[in-house]
Amino acid sequence: MSLELTIDIRGLRKVFGPIAAVEGLTLSVARGEVFGLLGPNGSGKTTTIRMLCGLLAPTAGTAMVAGCDVVREGEAVRRRIGYMSQKYGLYDDLTVLENIEFYGSIYGLRGEARDARIAALFQELDLTERVHQFAGTLSGGWKQRLALACATAHQPPVLFLDEPTAGVDPASRRRFWEIIHELARRGTTILVTTHYMDEAARCDRLAFMSRGHLIALGTPDEVTRQFGMASVEDVFIELQRKDELNTAEMGNRNSEIGTVP
Amino acid sequence: MSRAHFRLSGLWPMIRKEFIQMRRDRLTIAMMVGMPAIQLALFGYAIRTEVRHLPTVVLDESRSSASRSLVDAMRNTGNFDMIGEARTRDEIRSLIEAGDARAALVIPPDFARDLKRGRTARAQVIVDAADPLASTAAIGAAAAAVSARANPGGRAAMEVRVRPWYNPALESSNYIVPGLVGLLLSITLILMMGMAIVRERERGTLEQLVVTPIDKTSLMLGKVAPYVLVGYVQMTVILVLGKLLFGIPLRGSLPLLYGVSAAFIVANLGLGLFVSTIAQTQAQAMQLSFMFMLPNILLSGYMFPREAMPVPAQWIGLLLPLTYYLQILRGILLREAGFESIWPEALVLAVFATGVIALSVRRFSKTIG
Repeated sequence: MSLELTIDIRGLRKVFGPIAAVEGLTLSVARGEVFGLLGPNGSGKTTTIRMLCGLLAPTAGTAMVAGCDVVREGEAVRRRIGYMSQKYGLYDDLTVLENIEFYGSIYGLRGEARDARIAALFQELDLTERVHQFAGTLSGGWKQRLALACATAHQPPVLFLDEPTAGVDPASRRRFWEIIHELARRGTTILVTTHYMDEAARCDRLAFMSRGHLIALGTPDEVTRQFGMASVEDVFIELQRKDELNTAEMGNRNSEIGTVP
Repeated sequence: MSRAHFRLSGLWPMIRKEFIQMRRDRLTIAMMVGMPAIQLALFGYAIRTEVRHLPTVVLDESRSSASRSLVDAMRNTGNFDMIGEARTRDEIRSLIEAGDARAALVIPPDFARDLKRGRTARAQVIVDAADPLASTAAIGAAAAAVSARANPGGRAAMEVRVRPWYNPALESSNYIVPGLVGLLLSITLILMMGMAIVRERERGTLEQLVVTPIDKTSLMLGKVAPYVLVGYVQMTVILVLGKLLFGIPLRGSLPLLYGVSAAFIVANLGLGLFVSTIAQTQAQAMQLSFMFMLPNILLSGYMFPREAMPVPAQWIGLLLPLTYYLQILRGILLREAGFESIWPEALVLAVFATGVIALSVRRFSKTIG
C-alpha cells in the first residue's frame, strides 16, 4: 500500500527555455514526515514545490501528492494541500480574522464549523489577542503564524512551506518549528525549504539539490556522514562552493569556445 | 449539492473580501466619487467661462421697440455681449471671420409687423460653431431668451432660427457633460480593475489563491463583479452631480441607459483585466491604463466631432467602446432615443465586451497557471 507515501515524485523535470531547473528528480516522503529541501538559490527547490502545488506544469515525469496526480488531478491536489510562500499571501488591508475567514471560506468552511476551526487555530497559534489587527501591521513572526493559520485552515494532509522563516526573529522561528513538529505528530506531511541550517537539522529527512539535481538524500546524520562533514551546515557550504566552481568553469569553457550553446 | 453550485462556492467569499478592501481603500473611494466631481467642476467651469460674453453684432432691420427688447433679452442672458451694429450681412461675415465677433443677431424688417399681427416673428442668430462648446450654449441661451415671451394664445411669439456657421454637423446642446459619464467610467474602470489584480500579483496573494481549490470562474467573477457595481455608482454620481450642478438634461429612459451601460462597463473591465495580464507592477498598470485615455478623449467623439476627423483616426475611434457608448449616452439623454434607435451601438458594445472578456480571461488563466 503506497498510502503511506504522501508525496511520490518520479523523474520530475522542468525546463525553462535552454535551462533545466529540475532534472530527473525522484524522491518520496512518508506520512507525518518533516522533509527538508535544501540547496543554494537557483537549485530548483522552489520550482519543485511549485510543480507539486500545481502552480507549474512539469516538462516530464510524474508526481503524486496525497494520492492524486498533480497534473491530471490539480483541483483534488489543491484541496489536500496547504501552501505557504515566502511572501505569505496575506491581505495587508484585512484584519487577522478577516484573512483567516476568507481563506477558510475559500476552502469550503462555512458557518459554525468555520468559526470553531478558526477559534481552535487562534488558540493553537496564540493569535487570539490580535484578531482585529490589520495583517499589514503585524511583525514578521506574527505574519508568518497567520500565514500558517490560513494555509492550514482546512487541515490539509500535506503542507508545503517555501522558505517560511525568512526574515523572522529567532524566538518566532523556534516557536514556528515547534508548531510544525506538532502538526507532523498529528499526521501532516510537511515539505519545507530553508536556508537556515539549524532548521535543516530539525527535519526528519533532507534532500540536497544543486542545479536541478538531487545530490544527497537521508537523515541529517546520514547526509553529514555521507559527505564526511561535521554538520549539515558544512555540507551545505561545501556543496555551494562546488556549485559555484562548476558554474565558473562552465563560464570559462564557454568563453574559450566563444559561443554560448 | 450540485456540482455547479460547488464550483462557484468561492464566489461569495471573493466578492465579500473585495468589498471590505474597497471600503478601506481611500484612493478607490476618492477615485469613485472625487474624480467625477472634480472633472465635472472643471468641465462645467470651462463651459461657463467660454460661453459667457460671446462678442455679438446686431443687424437690426426692424428698428422697432420689439426688436430692441429682443436685443435686450439676449444681452440679459449674459451669454452675448453686444459689441456693435452691423449694416449688412457681408459686414457680419467679415466680423466673424476676423474673429471680432463670434455671434450675430439678425432681426428682419417685418419682425415688429409679424409680432403685431399675431404671427410668429422670426429672428436669426448666427453662431461661429467652430467651437462647439461656445456655440451650443449660445444656442441654448438664445432659445431661452425667446421662449420667455409667448403669445397669450400660447403660440410662440418669436422664433429664433440658429444658423451654426462653419460646423453645420453640430448636433445638440450639452454635448460634453453626458459624454463625461462615459469618459470617466472608461478611465477609472480600466485603471481600478488593472490595479486590483496586479496588486494581488505583487503581494503574492494571487499565487496563494491559485493553490487553493477556488475555481478560476469564481476567482475572476469575484474580482470583476464588484467593479460592475463601482461602475454603476460612479455613473450615478456623475449623472446626479451633472444634473444638480450643470442641469444636464436627463430626457430619455434611465432604465434603458442603465441596462445598456452594463455592456460598456464590462467591456472596460475586460480591458482592465487585459492590462493586468501584461503589467507586472501597479505602476505599469497605471501607465498602460492611461494609454487608453488620450484616444478616448480625442478620437471617440467625446470632444471633437468624429465626422471632422481624418479617416484613419475615425477607424481607430471605431475600436474604442467609448465611441459607441457616447452615441448611446447622447441619444438617450438628449434625444430621448429608445432601444430601437440605439440597439446597433449596444450590440457592438455587447460583442466587444464578450470578446475582450474572453480574450483577457484566457490570457489571465495562463498567467496564473
